[in-house]
Order: sequence, then C-alpha cells, then structure tokens
Amino acid sequence: MRGDPEGLTGAEPRTLAPFGRRTLRIAERRVVGAYVVLVAEDPGGPRPRAGQFYMLAAAQRWGGGAEERPFLPRAFSVLRARFDPPTRPLPTLEFMLEAVGPGTERLGELDAGDGLHVTGPLGIGFVEPKDGRRALLCGGGVGTAPLAIWQDELLARGEPAPALLGFRDAEHAPGATLLHNARVATDDGSHGHHGLVTDLLVEEVDTGAPAVVYACGPPPMLEAVRALCAEREVPCQLALESGMACGFGACFGCVVALRAGGYLRLCVDGPVLDGALLAEVPAH
Amino acid sequence: MTGLDFCGLRLAHPIVNGSGTFDAIAALRAFGDALLERFPFAAFVSKTITLAPRDGNPPPRLYETPAGLVNSIGLPNKGLRGYLEDDLPQLARLPVALVTNVMGSTAAELCALVEALDERDEVDAIELNVSCPNVSTGLDIGADPHELAGVMAEVRPRTAKPLIVKLTPNTADVAAVAQAAQDAGADAVSLINTLRAYAPHPHRAGTAWLGGGTGGLSGPAVRAVALAQVRAVAARVSIPVVGMGGVQSGLHAAHMLEAGATLVAVGTESFRDPAAGTRISRELDDLFAKSGDNSG
Repeated sequence: MRGDPEGLTGAEPRTLAPFGRRTLRIAERRVVGAYVVLVAEDPGGPRPRAGQFYMLAAAQRWGGGAEERPFLPRAFSVLRARFDPPTRPLPTLEFMLEAVGPGTERLGELDAGDGLHVTGPLGIGFVEPKDGRRALLCGGGVGTAPLAIWQDELLARGEPAPALLGFRDAEHAPGATLLHNARVATDDGSHGHHGLVTDLLVEEVDTGAPAVVYACGPPPMLEAVRALCAEREVPCQLALESGMACGFGACFGCVVALRAGGYLRLCVDGPVLDGALLAEVPAH
Repeated sequence: MTGLDFCGLRLAHPIVNGSGTFDAIAALRAFGDALLERFPFAAFVSKTITLAPRDGNPPPRLYETPAGLVNSIGLPNKGLRGYLEDDLPQLARLPVALVTNVMGSTAAELCALVEALDERDEVDAIELNVSCPNVSTGLDIGADPHELAGVMAEVRPRTAKPLIVKLTPNTADVAAVAQAAQDAGADAVSLINTLRAYAPHPHRAGTAWLGGGTGGLSGPAVRAVALAQVRAVAARVSIPVVGMGGVQSGLHAAHMLEAGATLVAVGTESFRDPAAGTRISRELDDLFAKSGDNSG
C-alpha cells in the first residue's frame, strides 16, 4: 500500500509491546471534573513513549452494556507512565477517559482492584523538537492525555512546554490540572478564554520564537491546528484518533487519507502524524 | 497433540488465522521478534493479494455490533509485485507454513496470480478468495457452483501446490459450491467468510456508516451460522475443511472440529488479543487431554 513509511523502524519513537494481551490491576480511580483517570499497575510492561497508546478492555463484563456492547477493546493514549520508584511500589500507567459510549462507560466504572486487559504500548509517539524550535502543546478535551506525558518528557530534558487546552465548559476544564502551566479556553466561556483553543494557539505562534506544535483533540480542532500551522509554515505533530479494532495493524480499519494519495494505518504508522502528510484531518 | 497433516503440510496444531485478520509484518513492527518466538498460529494465511495494488475502501471501515464487527476494508494490498518483492522475504521469517490468499475478478487474473506464486518456494499453499464478482460474467465466483467450476478448471492446472477455496457464506447452497470446488480439484475448502452486512449511520438517517456502503459481519455473532455451514460442507466433501467464524476459545474450536473441520481459523478474536491463537490452541489441547483423545 502506498504511504507505508518503510524503514522507519529503529528511528521512530516506539517502544515495542509485549506480545499478547495482559491483565493489569487498577490501583486507583480518580475523578477529574468530567473525566476519570485510571491508574493501572504494569509490573511486567515496558515504559511507553509519549504519544503511544494501549488497547483497553475491562477484564470483567466487557459486553452486556448498551446494545450488548462493547465487544472490541478501545484505544487510549497513555496519560502518564510512572516507572521510577518510589512513586509507587509498582510501575503504573495512567489513562484519561470520558464516558461517551458503551466502551468508555464500562472502563469508567472500573475501580481499585479491578482487572484491566491491555495490549501495548502501540504505535509511534511524538518526535522531539528540531532546529531549536520551542514546543507548544495544544489539546482539546480528552485529547489532553498524550500531551501530559510529553510535557513531562520535555521538562525532564529541560524544555518546559506551555500547554493550551480547550474544553467544553467548566465541568470539563479541570482536565487542565493534569498538565502544568496550562492556559484554558472553554466553548461556553465558563472558564478561562471564551472561545476556541486555536485562538490561544494563533496568539502564541504569531508572537513567540519559532515553534513546533504538538496537538491532540477532536477532529475539528485538529483540522484547525493543521490548517493554521500549514498557513504559517509551522511544523505540527498531530495525535489522531480513529475507530480501531486491533491496534497492531491487523484489521486495516483505522486508516487516514494522505495528501499524496492512499492511506496510512494510524495504529502502526501513527497515531502521531506530521501534519504535512494530511490534506485535512478527517471528520471521524 | 503431536501435530497433524493438512494437504501434505505438517502443522504443529490445528489453529491458523483467517485471511485478513492478522498482518504478520505489521505485528513484527508492534511486537518485535517476540512474535516469532511465540507465533500464535500453526500456519500463516496472508491477507488477500490482487494483481494490481489496491488502496482499499474510504473510511469509516469498522462498525461494532452486539458480539461482532462489520468491516468494509476493501482488500488493500500492494499488488502481486509488491507482495513478491517486499512481503514474501519478510514472511519467510515466520516459523510456520505460509498460505497466500489471492483474489481475481477474472479467471485470467487468478491464473496469473497462482502461476506467480507457484514459482515461489516460500509459499506452501494458495487460498482462492472467490467472494468476488467475475467481471466477465457478472456472477459471484463463489456463489454459484458452475461459475466456480469454470474458474477452477482454468486455475487448478497452474499450480501443484495445495489449493484451498475460501467459500462465501452469501450463497443459497454452500455445500453445492464446496462439492464443485472438490470436483474441480481443490485440495481443501475454508469457510466461512464474513456475512454480508449493513451498518446504519448513527446520526444521519438513511445513510450508510461504512465508506464502502456495505460490509461483512464477523465475530461471535456469526459462530452458530458458521457451525451449520461447516457441518453441511464437511458432510458433503471428502477434502479437508478449514472451519472459522466467531471462534474465541478452545471449546469453540472443538465444536468446529466436531462439525468436521480439520483446521480451525481464528479471526476477529485476534483483534481483541493478538495472542488469542496461542490460548485457543492450548485450551484445545487441555480439552483433548481431559477427554483422553490425543489423536488430534
């Protein structure tokens, strides 16, 4: 298939996943505004790269929800990975979710002690800034998640990156507390800037030093980020989302159309893509 | 279980993958060589290869149903040349036999595919995907016994390798088509392919959700249908049958074997757990051990 970036393996920011699904124990469930953060102990797993994702399913009662779903696992970017003691006795992975359907509803019910099936880490994560550019993080809603672990990594390298985050309303805005140094926009103006997060991004991009934008969020937001970056010739890396059955290249379900023609599978060639590869971010 | 013979190939156990449900090359990128050390299938069946490259259908391509999945992928592949040059050398690293699945929209296309694969030592067997309209006659090749017999008469002489016909369930009498495949020299048949299915758009009334319009249903939702079709086919033909459709456990695999299958393919369950094949094969072993039947 056209567009397969062959030969990237080795250079790409990817931690290989252990082969097969494993069952983790939920150590903690935190409510952050309208979101749930699940903390799962992953004693045997490797440390993921920022932007990589896991396929998640509840170990019990996966199925039997609305319309007798869910059936397939769901893809989630990792919010944080804590592999350095003594944060906790065991390494942990954190995931941020919002109940929007039968899969996220069931996952959101999980609590300390429950089992979580995971396969991962999967996909390719963010690539570090080049050419002395500063990193700008731009997220929307639950798309805040991969930016948190990336902000941690950048900070550890001495590159503090400001975060611009958009939320629907004040109920969702607490999601911003998952990152440091965040400026918030809400659709209804109930918290922070009244308007779109891309308003804040334009301001930052147009006034500061040359930047590279790292973005994740709903498709209309990502498309706006892609377009404004393309217009200004600012590089951007977009963490895309798609319905996904497997997460490891088997089902060919999660494709996105490329500017050059053909498709890429987000699960093996993404989910983080250089915005320049796309003519537009697909609506679903 | 000490292994079994399938069309002259020696397999370690009866669990294989369904075509198009496991991409070993992509899985190597995700899991590395751990995949080779713990390869979940006794033989690997490639996704469908066509003569010319195909991009596949526009997204969305997936729709979750109660206990199942409707897909409309559209057979994306690099085409025969890309497969021979790029994929085969990588697939040769797999520790198991390789079955290459092909589809053509004319007998001539299928002949070209089969002839090219016949020359490659890496390919142990060829599976024909006949769930496709014959553009010369307008009929689904695999839906009609006479249509299939006509195509097989041309394709069969092109290879001495085992030829498996992947039957479509979207036909009035699958056993009659299986019989035609056997009479035309097929070494085995495999079934079921996905059931034709439609997914309504969740927000736009009267509109299809899938970019390809219609799709195919797989997963546990089709298991009972698959068992009935495998039983009907196995009762009719004497060549080996590869049974598949919604298999999620060793018990489900045992039911396929009881229905008359020689091999059992795992498909959609691998999406939920890439190592599902290993678990199912182990569970099947445990069932045999319990029943004291180690004949396999």
